[in-house]
Amino acid sequence: MNPGREQTMTADGASRPDTTPPAIRLVGVSKHFGPVKANRSIDLSVRQGSIHGLLGENGAGKSTLMKVLFGMMRPDAGRIEIGGRPAAFRSSADALAAGIGMVQQHFSLIGKLTVAENLILGRATSGFVARWLRPLDLESARARAIELSERLGFGIDPSARCETLSVGARQKVEILKALWGGATTLVLDEPTAALSPPDAEELYALLQNLRREGTTIVLISHKMPEIMRLCDRVTVLRDGAVAGEAEIPRAFSDPAERQALEARLVRLMIGRHRPEVPSRSSHIWPTVLSVRQLSDGQRFGPIDLDVKGGEILAVVGVEGNGQSQFVELLIGLRKAAGGGIALDGRDITDMTTLKRFQSGIAHIPEDRHRLAVADGMSLVDNASIGFIDGAPFAPTSFWLSRHRRARFAAGIVRRHKVRASSVEAPVTSLSGGNQQKLVVGRELSRAPRLMIAAQPTRGLDIGSTGAVHEALIGLRDHGAAVLLLSLDLTEVFTIADRIVVFRQGRIVGETTAADADIDRIGRWMSGVDEEARQ
Amino acid sequence: MTMNSIVTPPQNRDVFTGRRQVRMDPAMLAETLGREADVAAAENPGFLPRLVGHFHALSGNLGGQVLTFTLTIAAALIASMPLIWIGGSDLWRAASALFGGALGSGPAIAETLVQMVPLLIAGLAVAVAFHASLFNIGVEGQLVFGGLVAGVAGASLDLPPALLMLVCIFAGMAGGAVFALIPALLKAYRGAHEVVTTIMMNFVAVAISEYAVSPTGPFVAADQPSATERVPDLARLPVIWEGTRLHAGLLVALAAVIVIMWVLYRTPAGFRLRLTGANQGAARASGVSIARVTILAMLASGALAGLAGAVQVLGVYGRFYAAFSPGYGFDAIAVALLGALSPVGVIASAFFFAVLHAGSVPLQAVAGISREMVGVVSGLVVAFVAAQPAALRLLSAMRRRFAGAMPPDGLAETEVSK
Amino acid sequence: MSNLLTISLVISALHLALPILMPMLGGLISERSGVMNIGLEGMMLIGAFSAVLVTYFTGNPWLGLVGALASGVLSGSTLALMTVTLRGDQVVASAAINLIGAGLTAALIPVIWDVDGLTPSVEKIPTIRVPMLADLPYVGRIFSSLGMVDYACLALVVLVWWVLFRTDAGLRIRACGESAESADAAGIPVVRTRFLAVVASGVFGALGGAYLSIVTLDMFQASMTQGRGFLALAAMVFGKWRVWPGALACIAFGFADAIALRAQILWRDIPHELLIALPYVLALVALATFVGHASGPAGVGKPFARA
Repeated sequence: MNPGREQTMTADGASRPDTTPPAIRLVGVSKHFGPVKANRSIDLSVRQGSIHGLLGENGAGKSTLMKVLFGMMRPDAGRIEIGGRPAAFRSSADALAAGIGMVQQHFSLIGKLTVAENLILGRATSGFVARWLRPLDLESARARAIELSERLGFGIDPSARCETLSVGARQKVEILKALWGGATTLVLDEPTAALSPPDAEELYALLQNLRREGTTIVLISHKMPEIMRLCDRVTVLRDGAVAGEAEIPRAFSDPAERQALEARLVRLMIGRHRPEVPSRSSHIWPTVLSVRQLSDGQRFGPIDLDVKGGEILAVVGVEGNGQSQFVELLIGLRKAAGGGIALDGRDITDMTTLKRFQSGIAHIPEDRHRLAVADGMSLVDNASIGFIDGAPFAPTSFWLSRHRRARFAAGIVRRHKVRASSVEAPVTSLSGGNQQKLVVGRELSRAPRLMIAAQPTRGLDIGSTGAVHEALIGLRDHGAAVLLLSLDLTEVFTIADRIVVFRQGRIVGETTAADADIDRIGRWMSGVDEEARQ
Repeated sequence: MTMNSIVTPPQNRDVFTGRRQVRMDPAMLAETLGREADVAAAENPGFLPRLVGHFHALSGNLGGQVLTFTLTIAAALIASMPLIWIGGSDLWRAASALFGGALGSGPAIAETLVQMVPLLIAGLAVAVAFHASLFNIGVEGQLVFGGLVAGVAGASLDLPPALLMLVCIFAGMAGGAVFALIPALLKAYRGAHEVVTTIMMNFVAVAISEYAVSPTGPFVAADQPSATERVPDLARLPVIWEGTRLHAGLLVALAAVIVIMWVLYRTPAGFRLRLTGANQGAARASGVSIARVTILAMLASGALAGLAGAVQVLGVYGRFYAAFSPGYGFDAIAVALLGALSPVGVIASAFFFAVLHAGSVPLQAVAGISREMVGVVSGLVVAFVAAQPAALRLLSAMRRRFAGAMPPDGLAETEVSK
Repeated sequence: MSNLLTISLVISALHLALPILMPMLGGLISERSGVMNIGLEGMMLIGAFSAVLVTYFTGNPWLGLVGALASGVLSGSTLALMTVTLRGDQVVASAAINLIGAGLTAALIPVIWDVDGLTPSVEKIPTIRVPMLADLPYVGRIFSSLGMVDYACLALVVLVWWVLFRTDAGLRIRACGESAESADAAGIPVVRTRFLAVVASGVFGALGGAYLSIVTLDMFQASMTQGRGFLALAAMVFGKWRVWPGALACIAFGFADAIALRAQILWRDIPHELLIALPYVLALVALATFVGHASGPAGVGKPFARA
């Protein structure tokens, strides 16, 4: 069924590892997006038949590197060797042909198609006429899907539509799909990000099965436990460059040895020890936001949460564990199915978004392009979003001030050091960082009682990041509440007073920043504690 | 609005009293109102420097718009040249027939302006919908139905002439708005694509208007088939250029331009509309109701289309004719897109299409080129507008290549983000 | 007598449905690949015109049909170039096709034939009678009224269904329409696939136009398609982007048309101007009521470019 794999196995068995060419070798790979350097001259070598970890925080450049490897992006510099031979992939089809299968971080299955259809999509190599007229052999595809999945140790219904499958089942189909064409190397990008602990456990077993069969696996992750458990070797990326590499023994003779290695890897990943905490809030005001039994009737909640005035509460968790649902519920873009939200003791559960802003919520959205900035409008217009339903800009429905809005925008530009040619300039003429500063300035101008800041410093340089942090701390010191949603633990430790951890739409852990322990937070995020309890 | 009447909102109070007052940081509010003398001085130079600065700021943008406008027209005209040769004419003869016929004499210019009126108003109708990211391809039907309602009102109501004129105009606008309301509701609440529904409404409008003035129809004139009775002369839009057909509709159209400009750029409703068109997500996140904006935008667009029909009925014919529109509503799409959706730009592009319309009669007589050419040119204009993003991408790619040695702007303040 | 009426109503409904059915298939292919094509009306007009033009100069209506199909390739490629290759706005670009189609065909009639609005008669595609079927009682009349082209069109419905939902090519097309990124990740050339699909939609549109001009009638008239290109889109929406329900919707439109025509003769007091609007009103009512929240392929309208 898979000639490539057998070759690998014999090669592996017959020769020393050092004489076998690496399954994948990347040399000096660089990739820029405009001014952003996602990958900076990365070297990587993956042994055949091993599980190789790629560890790094969000934004360290792991996914970009793998997209380059899979032919979905072209590197600006550098070369790729597969099995010792140079390769130039122009598209993912070339990478597939070279025996590389990829499981994307975001599911690449098409929900409207069945499992079998997704598996054979783009794989048939029939001639032109046959492609257009001969019926697809879904029968044998189904049979093969069942056979392959049983060999790997799980069951799957190949006739089911993908959109009806659970997240765990979809992940398995993704792996089937990657292996379908006889791939000998499998790249998995954060495969357990959206999985429940039992699903993740099954996946780990599956990966170990595959390694036993001789498949080379590259595992991209920012979860320390799964790297330590599965990988033979790990490469740590930070800020788009290789920060270090380490061998991971299959078994540790001494738990202290394991802890030392973990600590070293964390240091490589984050780049420094736990940062010094600046001044903590001097005193605490009464509760500003209180959330009771809040749920959206689907995957989120129920949740209880209080944020006091003069407090920065950080919500951390792996991406996609209910953070965005929480924000949508708070600002009224999503209807609460149960529970309530109160702001300064007033029930805002059934208020419109507009009324919520009026009663003191401000929101720095995570996805700037989707929710915060209107391309095609000017800087002034973008600065006035959310301020146009009354004085000072629009005291009547027939008048929207121009000069007041211009002065307002100029004020934001000055206070937050937004670099722009003029306030009338189109907002697209601003760099991403400056757009973000504009949004932050706009939201701060709402004099919020509750500031919801989702990834407020994404895309900002160190200086601007510091300015945003100072502004949030300033809000806190004046008695407002700040809800910080961040994937960047460094940021969380820098400014938060208290930390809650979200996992699968629930709060699974809470700690004050002063007592915070990065390992414990990591365990909450990845759910290993729940696992242990079960 | 005096400045004194604006009260700085105390933290989290006063919000539920219903006063139209946006919550704003007091320091920012003070700055916005220009109370701080030094800020006011810095941001408010004298009137003349401000004016100069204003035009300076505009000119870069304006220059680009004029250039795009000219290039698009040039490309469309060049692309339609083969038709001139197929027609057996030569370029010079065709051009002199076209421009001589449209602009060669006083009466010719007046006739061109007469053609410009419905194109201008209907172009505004399309542009308003486009600003909300809605493609109202049903302007033709809304225009025809508006014309019918205006004509019927003018022929059957017994009112003082000046009042009757106003009633007819508003009836026409209401008719157009009603015809736009159905697609608007279907879009807002059923998610039906407005292009398909507005097109259906076009055929319904034409059918209703033809029926209304058919031999057995309820509103047909006694002395004229396929038309309503005449609107009393005094209730018609007066002629503003003696000896020509140019009527006060031109003033109505220009007033509409000013009103739409004001509404779009100087009212909160217009802001919401433009924001929804530019980024629906950002609009929703800032508390704008998308359904409401969709309905309001379509109503405004339909009312303008109905106004175009009413003005044509009251100004040019004095009665409703079943076939009074040679497809103004479709040319209006090209008018709006060529004018880059800006109300002022629409004036220029409506004038261009009016020249084509007015010149098409002599063009046919002298050069043997069909009047339907206008439709081809407007189609080509729309095609080139559709291709503009690609052209712009190409331009910026070329610019990047030539400026490759220089670091891109923003490198200094942007670190690795993703 | 009433029986006879029913049979002839079915016949005329079929003949009126086919020129909606063909562009419906075109729209379906295009949207399934992720490109919204509201330019079918213009493509139909260009096809109808080309069919008459070629027939007029060659005297052979079959060559006219080939000419129409060639014009469909041309108009389809133009739209594909604007939307798929250059990534222009799909709605605006196809509106341009409509305007150019209507304007160009009307403008060329006087240039070529020196008359306005209406071409002279040309040879029609002959009706080839299938003897066995035509001799059947009752239904025989239906078969005897159908020609080669009608059978071919009906066969095309089956073919489109087969290709789209049963073959590898169809799977690739549908994948591009649902998610261009996923299709790209599976190694499918998205741009090429979409380009071909849009060209195919042009061919189907042109075929619908040619059916009107050289099968049903024997000449071309300015704007003769009367919005059938848009009715086809409505039918596609009602059929929820599936072949058979969409075809049924086309046949329903055909019946509405046929009833409108027949009612003019039978009941003279119903104003025929209003009856003509029947299919369009039907379309609107359907959109408003039982269609529900219409949702097409997820990727429609989104241009694709690899990073």
